[in-house]
Amino acid sequence: MNAIDPQATPDRALTLYGTPIASRLLLGTAQYPSPHVLARAVEASRAGIVTVSLRREQARGRTGERFLQLIEELGVRVLPNTAGCRTAKEAITTAQMAREVFDTDWVKLEVIGNDDTLQPDVFGLVEAAEALTNDGFKVLPYTTEDLSVAERLVRVGCEVLMPWGSPIGSGRGLANTYALQSLRAYFPETPLIVDAGIGAPSHAAQAMELGLDAVLINTAVAKAGDPVGMASAFATAIEAGRAAFEAGLMGERDMAVPSTPVAGTPFFDLASRTAKPRHGE
Amino acid sequence: MTVGSKHERAIIVNGAPVATCAATLNDLVVELGLQNARIATARNGDFVPARVRGSTPLSEGDSIEVVSPRHGG
Repeated sequence: MNAIDPQATPDRALTLYGTPIASRLLLGTAQYPSPHVLARAVEASRAGIVTVSLRREQARGRTGERFLQLIEELGVRVLPNTAGCRTAKEAITTAQMAREVFDTDWVKLEVIGNDDTLQPDVFGLVEAAEALTNDGFKVLPYTTEDLSVAERLVRVGCEVLMPWGSPIGSGRGLANTYALQSLRAYFPETPLIVDAGIGAPSHAAQAMELGLDAVLINTAVAKAGDPVGMASAFATAIEAGRAAFEAGLMGERDMAVPSTPVAGTPFFDLASRTAKPRHGE
Repeated sequence: MTVGSKHERAIIVNGAPVATCAATLNDLVVELGLQNARIATARNGDFVPARVRGSTPLSEGDSIEVVSPRHGG
């Protein structure tokens, strides 16, 4: 019988700052071909959280108003980012503005250090994370895979870490799986969300198989030929990867090991194993 | 607005020069027609909550940011 008793299954829901989140996929809302496609992609992704931003006001507030209305109708939690900020001060002010506009104390904290890689400025990041945590924010810092930085972020009060997979928008997947595995081992209780660099559902599944807690995707969905179809593909891959992690992956081996029982193999005799290979072997 | 008025100030709004008679940040928001919009403001790099815009004076050369929700990654 295939039925699983839900009572017997431990609660493995993603929990961020004490809040259970239904999906392990967080979706960015930028770069979609239209607001309609964005809305349908969010639905198809089954994401519980979407990221948003603040930009200089245009068109007497109507642009922002329309966007906010679209997002509010989707019934998802919004996670404002501080994208584009280059100093701790800029990020802090942007987070404070976002808290007022979006009415949330959650913030995806970005302090960018380099134009080409969009690599986090980890020094500014720790500084801003500390100030914002002290100001009552729930900070989700976009960081590198560096263990020492992660430790600092946790020490100043971050209860979630968002290490990059590879540079934002590059679609290169997990560039340093060893470091991500180290982070996982080092912070077994801290939710780890891979943010940036995921290009394909297989990358997301890999992140989940490694035991990372969630994945934030934007470009890979928004720039797909069919963003709605891709959102659904990512949702399936993430569920599969998580299920695989929970089921426990086999260990890798250096040599081949037959899966079919060796005992009782027809025509088996030791002499033939040392003989010259026959055609087709 | 009269050019040369003693109340007129040259300020920067979202990176662009603006001449305004607004005495406070709230006056400026009204002048920009944004009093009912979902916006947030900062003055010279510091966040100014909506409730204190009316008591936040504008000075010559101030740099004001007025932001609204947008898509993001």
